[in-house]
Amino acid sequence: MPTAATKTIADLKTGERAIIRSFRDVSLSLKLLEMGCLPGTEIVLNFKAPFGDPIGIEMGGYCLSMRKAEAATILVV
Amino acid sequence: MASKTKPIIALAGNPNSGKSSLFNQLTGLRQKIGNFPGVTVDKKSGTFRLDAATEATVVDLPGVYSLYPQSLDERVVIDILANPAHEDYPEVVVVVVDASNLKRNLLLFTEIADLGLPVVLALNMLDVAQNMQLQVNATKLAMQTGVPVVRINARTGEGLELLRQAVRQVLEKPVLSQKVYFDPAHHVPELIAEVKQKCDLANNNLALHYLHQHGIFSFISTEKRVVLDELIEKHGFDLPDFQAEETINRYQKIDGIVKATVTAPAVVQAPVWTKRLDQILLHPLWGYTVFLLVLLVIFQAVFLLAQYPMDVIDGGVAALTDWLKATLPPSALTNLLTDGLLAGIGGVVIFIPQIAFLFLLISILEESGYMARVMVIMDRLMRKFGLNGRSVVPLISGVACAVPAMMSARSISNYKERLITILVTPLMSCAARLPIFTILIALVMPPTPVVGFINWQGITLLGLYALGLASALLSAWALKGFIKTEDKGYFIMEMPTYKWPRWYHVGISIWESVKAFVLEAGKIIVAISIILWVLASYGPGDSMERAEQNLRQTQPALTGQAFDNAVAAQKLENSYAGRFGKFIEPAIAPLGYDWKIGIALLTSFAAREVFVGTISTIYSIGSDAGEENSTIKKRLKAEVNAKTGKPVYSTATAFSLLIFYVFAMMCMSTLATAYRETHGWKWPAVQFFYMTGLAYLLAFLTYQGLK
Repeated sequence: MPTAATKTIADLKTGERAIIRSFRDVSLSLKLLEMGCLPGTEIVLNFKAPFGDPIGIEMGGYCLSMRKAEAATILVV
Repeated sequence: MASKTKPIIALAGNPNSGKSSLFNQLTGLRQKIGNFPGVTVDKKSGTFRLDAATEATVVDLPGVYSLYPQSLDERVVIDILANPAHEDYPEVVVVVVDASNLKRNLLLFTEIADLGLPVVLALNMLDVAQNMQLQVNATKLAMQTGVPVVRINARTGEGLELLRQAVRQVLEKPVLSQKVYFDPAHHVPELIAEVKQKCDLANNNLALHYLHQHGIFSFISTEKRVVLDELIEKHGFDLPDFQAEETINRYQKIDGIVKATVTAPAVVQAPVWTKRLDQILLHPLWGYTVFLLVLLVIFQAVFLLAQYPMDVIDGGVAALTDWLKATLPPSALTNLLTDGLLAGIGGVVIFIPQIAFLFLLISILEESGYMARVMVIMDRLMRKFGLNGRSVVPLISGVACAVPAMMSARSISNYKERLITILVTPLMSCAARLPIFTILIALVMPPTPVVGFINWQGITLLGLYALGLASALLSAWALKGFIKTEDKGYFIMEMPTYKWPRWYHVGISIWESVKAFVLEAGKIIVAISIILWVLASYGPGDSMERAEQNLRQTQPALTGQAFDNAVAAQKLENSYAGRFGKFIEPAIAPLGYDWKIGIALLTSFAAREVFVGTISTIYSIGSDAGEENSTIKKRLKAEVNAKTGKPVYSTATAFSLLIFYVFAMMCMSTLATAYRETHGWKWPAVQFFYMTGLAYLLAFLTYQGLK
């Protein structure tokens, strides 16, 4: 069970909402920032692909898909 | 440096912003695909008439989210925009932005505007924004940004006239926005000042890009790179940290602009239809079911629907050949025209329907947004084989032609995954194999229906494609262990909303692929066809005449038609081509092939589809000249082995040939592309030997097993 301090997007259930807190991977965070994944942004887990990976998150009206391992670098509250 | 004759307009924008649609609207069929100098990234450019007197060159830059590149494609953008001496350095940049997602789309705009380039903002997808209850005020956006803003609809072509005017005005009187969205000199003033002085730059943001990206700039000297590295060291400049700070700062500025220009409901949601469709198309069961059905429809369409226009073309070429033979005086020149040139051209034109149908379906998948879903549902599977979800596009495109498919692998930012994709893509059965498959399958499989309109021929064809896919995946898995790499592959991608395909765009895609086939593969096919006709019509010394005399002496009983037939066969056997085929016959006999197939195997290295042309040339020359032109299929069926009296194209030989062509790297264009994409002969050589080795081994096993 993830604690509040280590909860990431990878821990969300489909339809669950969360707010991006910070990132664990520097180079990946640069890519995520560019694509509008900013700390403080509210996201919702939109879908999980068959077998739970990759996943899709929706924020501000558009949807990003990413691998579960990548989602696990985005800390949320 | 050559002086520019026409002003250059660059199109920049995020992926899915409608940039390519706008490019198609602006240039129509006046576009050409080339290379950006020094790199192997496709450059789409075209001409666009600004007014009666002026034409401009429009360059379509690769779609990017920012000027900090992750893949080879993306590097092109900053490499051009940071280098005023570049031949594609634009006078105006048209930044295409998706109004339904203004915030993220404006990031790239602020970066380009901060480089001091004249910008026109093309505000696209206002209809999508409206559906999401977003109101975007273009006038306020223009006031906020200080650059001309034009409302366009790239799908329908609305607003193009206004865009033309805006571009013309900016060209006549470049007005630069005084607004700076992010000034690095506010954060690291000494460092920026030193870079500007050492590299002789005027723009602070350009200096910042020099710091970040001098390693990938094609235009700066090694000495400057060392100087820049020393400056970074001296000031203790943390590149990733500063880049993150820059992006966040820019988004803060953009937030202000968006607040002032967009009226949005409390919760902005992606279009409902997209969500509903995703529930089905990404479903563990229905998702894969739909994908499989889509693939099956593609195969059946290419196999059945394309048949009608193909029959018309086939009949037309045969009628024209007969007419020419009847009208022109019988001579070597007439034969060259009919059996050489016309046969070759016919062999090119006949495949246009198949290629057109395939590209119609593939571009509909791309246009509708479904291809992105295919990537998502295939990613986990592809990753197991050392590939990327994005590898699905090259692999599926490989079904049409390996050459563009291998080029499309550039969108994979991870080198290892990209290299593996390039190496295995030619195993996917391309359109050039289809004619070989079609004829051989029709020869040995009955067209009996199994379920509905699906018959045994369709199922065999699907089986061959599946074999190609399976071998591509297994080879990828095997290669995964051999290729070393250090960088990570990201999968993060935007899911486009579902849209109706833009038919104009689909049409251009079909046109481009047919054009490429006719011009690139076509000329090789026609040339080989003529060379073959010469090789098959002439022999060394007087061997051809001697063949006829020999026959007269050894078979005095033969007369009339039968004699002519025997002479033709003897002559072919004694021609250059026949000698060539006979020379390699011992090597291919264990696969069930005779010397005639041997000739075709060698010539098809130029392009696989030449196999069919060669076979038809060889047999049409070897046949009775007075006989009516019949189809290749009938001819092959009638071909009898002189020694055994059995058909040459037995089930075992036909399947052995099918298997051979599934695996063999019989295409010099593919090898040339692999050389270009991997920058050396090492990987194409690996590719050639592993594929041809596999082909020989498996064809041998097939023939020996079925014999």
